[in-house]
Amino acid sequence: MADPRADGRAAAEVDAVVVGAGPAGSAAAWALARAGKSVVLLERGPFPGSKNLFGGVVYGRILDEIAPRWWEEVPVQRWVVRRSTMVMTPTQALTVDFRTQAWGRPPYNGMTVYRADFDRWLAGKAVEAGATLVTSTVATGLLRDEAGRIAGVRTDRPGGELRAKIVIACDGVNSFLAKEARLVPRTDPEHLTLGVKEVLALPREVIDERFGLRGDEGLDIEILGCTGDIPGGGFLYTNGDTVSVGVVLSLAHLGRSGRRPEEVIADLKAHPAIAPYLRGATLKEYGAHLIPEGGYNHMPALYTDGMLVAGDAAGMCLAAGIWLEGVNFAIGSGLAAGRAAARALDSGDLSASGLSGYRRELEKGFVLANHRRLRGAPDLVLSERVQRRYPGLVADLVEGMFTVTDPKPKPGLLALLKRAARRNDVRLRHLLADAVRGGRVFR
Amino acid sequence: MILRRRRGAATVDANAAPARAAAPERWGEVSFEDRMATVDFRVGERPHIVVDSDVCRSCTTRECVTACPANLFAPTADGGILFNYEQCFECGTCYQICNREGAITWTYPDGGHGVVFRHG
Repeated sequence: MADPRADGRAAAEVDAVVVGAGPAGSAAAWALARAGKSVVLLERGPFPGSKNLFGGVVYGRILDEIAPRWWEEVPVQRWVVRRSTMVMTPTQALTVDFRTQAWGRPPYNGMTVYRADFDRWLAGKAVEAGATLVTSTVATGLLRDEAGRIAGVRTDRPGGELRAKIVIACDGVNSFLAKEARLVPRTDPEHLTLGVKEVLALPREVIDERFGLRGDEGLDIEILGCTGDIPGGGFLYTNGDTVSVGVVLSLAHLGRSGRRPEEVIADLKAHPAIAPYLRGATLKEYGAHLIPEGGYNHMPALYTDGMLVAGDAAGMCLAAGIWLEGVNFAIGSGLAAGRAAARALDSGDLSASGLSGYRRELEKGFVLANHRRLRGAPDLVLSERVQRRYPGLVADLVEGMFTVTDPKPKPGLLALLKRAARRNDVRLRHLLADAVRGGRVFR
Repeated sequence: MILRRRRGAATVDANAAPARAAAPERWGEVSFEDRMATVDFRVGERPHIVVDSDVCRSCTTRECVTACPANLFAPTADGGILFNYEQCFECGTCYQICNREGAITWTYPDGGHGVVFRHG
């Protein structure tokens, strides 16, 4: 890997250093390099993606800005043509299953990937554009000039000060650079979830048969009601010859729950609606990662003098129940950060006010427009009734609808609703209030 | 890499109602040791997480013990916490939920070390 100091310019200053070669960092580095700026992309792992783990789907539309016909080269596992939403109780499951063949052909919609492959590919785009990728290097802190202004980063390489006119922190959900710059609190368990995931091996033909797929078609199931007393959710999606299954758990509740994360996955895998999908599967990889789920209301300041923050470091994951997206928001925010940094470098004003165009661009684009619109969703989705009562209410209602009661006539829907509400300890006025709230949140 | 599926791991509660008597199907369930053996760790010389067991002695909740997905925190007989950094996912759960200032000192492993996900 090229060392920016290998040519002897030990004290040389680059235009920008981007910390973290995940989707946000690679997109930022790509945008800066395309604007003709000198940029170093730092990655603490041995290769981009090696530290990264997610639970779902990459929605690739934003990649159109980086590479036309990116789908011909991206390392994809499967193209998602089936998107299911499942609501479950320990003995019931209701699935809304949508399928469209349109998502299985260009320009595609969502894809399942292995992050080790996808993130490495995206970092390669930044390198092609002219960025210098330096792996196996931790940015241990911010460098400051005599005036106290951010002037680069310290690294864990010997003599590893890297001077830069601007720093873009894409160092992930734990962002120690954003913490050091006092943009985010040291801890924030109320707005974090823990994702734990198993990758399970199954032959490709078995996956195709069990999930009704052909060729490179894929399925993504998002699940509510599978995490017991811990607010959260579950997921199951298909890769080429593996299936990824996991849960997302509210960090604030997990420690107090007395349940271990892998036990929650084990219960989901043993659910009667899930277990038949996984029969005979063997564990290929287990892993975990934090997710910033606070949304719009809990994002940090996105920039300060000499520094921008993007991706998970800036809390850009969209955890809005119906929509669960992150990689596209990381790429979108990274592109905007890179462009804002390039404009600031051109104008020579690298102060916070010179970088304020970053926030404006995000607000106009999909990243913060979506977050702003859905800012009430994270709280609603993780609320007590949505998490612990409504799955049972919905399942009981549907079970009542389809349970044939002969010789008694069918009960009316309203009677069934009242019965399901009573059984699940839900008052109808609360249900109505939540319906109105949901209508507002998802309007 | 050899993975064993633990047999007979699912137990049947004899007192359970008949409808629930059937043990749930469990697939891919392995011992925790085998579970962690599926992950590639390039263990560095320097422990990147340091736990001050003296601080832990005053903690009654011990949330790290339950929540750490790699199960790296173990309570000791004298009320402290034993910690092993070698198979850490570097997720940050432990320091985020720790309610004792100074108990957990958390940094990233040195460059190139630590967890390497292949299928993340």
